[in-house]
Amino acid sequence: MLLSVKNLRVSYDNIRALHGVDFQIGEGEIVCIIGANGAGKSTTLRAISRMVPVEEGTEMTFMDQDLLQYSADKVVSKLGISHVPEGRRLFGNLTIMENLKLATFARKDKEKIKEDLERVFDIFPRLEERKPQKSGTLSGGEQQMLAIGRAFMSGRKIMLLDEPSMGLAPLLMLSMFDALKELNKEGATILLVEQNARMALQFAQRGYVLESGSLVLEGSSEELLANPEVKNAYLGG
Amino acid sequence: MVFFFQNLVNALQWGSFYALIALGYSMVYGILMLFNFAHGDIFMVGAYIGFGVATGITALASFGAIALPNWLILVLTIIISMFLTSFVGILVERLGYRPLREAPRASAAITGLMIGIILETGNLALLGAKRVRFPSLIETSTYNIGGVFVTNKKIMIVVVSLLLMFALHQFVRRTKWGMAMRAMAFDYVVVPLMGVPINTIAAMTFAIGSALAAAAGILFGVAYPVLDPYMGIVFGWKAFVAAILGGRGSILGATLAGFLLGFIEIFVAMIFPSTLRDLIAYSIILLILAFRPHGFFGEPYSARLRL
Ligand SMILES: Nc1ncnc2c1ncn2[C@@H]1O[C@H](COP(=O)(O)OP(=O)(O)OP(=O)(O)O)[C@@H](O)[C@H]1O
Ligand SMILES: [Mg+2]
Repeated sequence: MLLSVKNLRVSYDNIRALHGVDFQIGEGEIVCIIGANGAGKSTTLRAISRMVPVEEGTEMTFMDQDLLQYSADKVVSKLGISHVPEGRRLFGNLTIMENLKLATFARKDKEKIKEDLERVFDIFPRLEERKPQKSGTLSGGEQQMLAIGRAFMSGRKIMLLDEPSMGLAPLLMLSMFDALKELNKEGATILLVEQNARMALQFAQRGYVLESGSLVLEGSSEELLANPEVKNAYLGG
Repeated sequence: MVFFFQNLVNALQWGSFYALIALGYSMVYGILMLFNFAHGDIFMVGAYIGFGVATGITALASFGAIALPNWLILVLTIIISMFLTSFVGILVERLGYRPLREAPRASAAITGLMIGIILETGNLALLGAKRVRFPSLIETSTYNIGGVFVTNKKIMIVVVSLLLMFALHQFVRRTKWGMAMRAMAFDYVVVPLMGVPINTIAAMTFAIGSALAAAAGILFGVAYPVLDPYMGIVFGWKAFVAAILGGRGSILGATLAGFLLGFIEIFVAMIFPSTLRDLIAYSIILLILAFRPHGFFGEPYSARLRL
């Protein structure tokens, strides 16, 4: 298992948001977690990135390393877990190029960085055209491309994507998922969380359903798409 | 006209002091959303460290009987003192502010004031109430340029200050650490997701600000050699004003505002009795802020404060 999460519990101000979540992801997989607003999807990703403290009893390992021994920046730079946060959170005062470069802050493999940069520009030619532009002036779709490109540059083994389809028109959404498939072929394992369950399940191989802080269902995408409960609650009947 | 240029030279000198100190205020505020109210006292500590280093080098040189030229002693003093004072800044951040990163901003502000008092009274305890004299390393020579009298010291102060500001600008524009600082100023919560150790960047910000304050302290000591433990207070307040006037975290803004402060003070004093100087100067600045509440280049902090 590449990533294994056991009994993940997180509280905000003494209100529990995750009540002991268990799941695993193998190398090269594309896995999604679907759930409604406030289910705890973002919190799950934040916990893996060590951006929120977890409670006693939580176990998380990544490539057999204890994740809890790593600080947020080391999770990225030492383990290769990259995270596209909710709302993208680009550095609007930096150019596109600077946003991409910043993600390589702790990397020393200059040659590989160059290659990765070329890969990003192959997949998102739009970003190359606009290299010197401030990222704050990009359109929503371009911003999402940059956010994904940035995560790819940080030396990812796994990419955690928080609602990458949010705010994208259907066509753009499709091309974004195509791009993610490309990155997955490059060797990036993908964990995405989505409210848009249909899109997510069509894209991923497997999925989990998160409800008020607990995983209630899991299965292959086909199974989940055919599951009556899922259909009812997340696919509009 | 001659009168004007004469005052311009003085304004540039005072503007240099203010701008150098304001930069440290502004960077820390921009990057960590924190007013480091101890910063004026770090300027004072820098001046004293400069005093110690200069005295030490001079003694060593005469003891070892090596003839170090005075200008070289001054250059060494500036470099070594900037280096040493940066550790004072790192210590202040580590012990004073880092534990309060998530605390209400008022707690951090009070901490700054307390650290300031500790530095002042610590100095008193260490060196006593006697004022110390900064060794005079440069003989003053005065040049008459078309009726305007300019001293070598004033030229040196302005040139060294501008060089340091230029170096800082390049650092922030061109290096990856500078880029990380700019990113933190925009949205520091997500910066760790880029693999950037934000504690290192925070410490570096304090180190750089403190080093610049030390340079200001030594340059001040060169021009006005009498040092006292409370010399940082008024400078700190004025630099703080310049940092706010320049706009949150703006290096260019803090620099310009520092010089503007120097100009306003000197030219107000040129027209009005000098006892009215600060009253009028700071009323003018209040007026500017009323029209530009975010300062010259400032933007309100727009990013959300959590992930
Ligand atoms: N920083 C925070 N402080 C306090 N409560 C929080 C915080 N972040 C999230 N919560 C709460 O934790 C629960 C889970 O939130 P989370 O953001 O993980 O949900 P989500 O599934 O990502 O929702 P959405 O689809 O709306 O993004 C919610 O009840 C939310 O109100
Ligand atoms: Mg969310």
